Amino acid sequence: MGRTGPPRLVDVLRIDRATYDAIVAHAREDHPDEACGVVAGPEGSDRPERFIPMLNAARSPTFYEFDSADLLRLYREMDDRGEEPVVIYHSHTATEAHPSRTDIGLASEPDAHYVLVSTRVHGNQTGLAGDEVEFRSFRIVDGAVTEEDVEVVESYLFGHSPTTVVYD
Amino acid sequence: MAIEVRIPTILRTHTGGNKTVEGSGDTLAALVDDLDAKHPGLKNRLVTEEGKLHRFVNVYVNDEDVRFTGALDTQVKDGDSVTILPAVAGGC
Repeated sequence: MGRTGPPRLVDVLRIDRATYDAIVAHAREDHPDEACGVVAGPEGSDRPERFIPMLNAARSPTFYEFDSADLLRLYREMDDRGEEPVVIYHSHTATEAHPSRTDIGLASEPDAHYVLVSTRVHGNQTGLAGDEVEFRSFRIVDGAVTEEDVEVVESYLFGHSPTTVVYD
Repeated sequence: MAIEVRIPTILRTHTGGNKTVEGSGDTLAALVDDLDAKHPGLKNRLVTEEGKLHRFVNVYVNDEDVRFTGALDTQVKDGDSVTILPAVAGGC
């Protein structure tokens, strides 16, 4: 399956701090069930801009699936806005933040960054020493998994470098 | 008049990159056969060897998930709009 967008020179997920934190918070909130959602962005931009947490219709610690009616609404809305799912995220609650065989078999967005978050160490607790959750990003194309770097930028509005922080 | 079918990104290799295609048929099964004749390989991606819709492919006729309306036996007619979306799902 070829990518539909322009070729990328570097495989990296560039994501703003607020969206990163929102994904982690969602994963913690839904622990021990898997949490899932997307971050939409303008088609071809590779910019995850609009955080959309989804309901895990499976409500399961070992499986996630978007509700079928929600899925249709989501794709229609993205279509109307000229967006695509730049990030598709879900959490693993007892295993590492790496795509499982099921994840790989069912991955159907070759242009998306598949973000995996693991809450296996601290569950929904925050504020503990070393409570950073595992947050990793992958491409999954035709059953082939490639991990990529995750670069957290403070904001897309103020610059693209992770070292750029603008204080008012 | 025909039935408009929206094709997801991952299946557009079968439709020359087109997001929407047109087809005809009285049932979803007949429509899928018609689409497969024009876009070879499409049926395989939607229907199992046992002749059932793949568990992780969602098909909607006018916004209604066909799982609740008779699956491949769902009646369709000219002017209907069909949307195909792969499930967004996984598990550890």
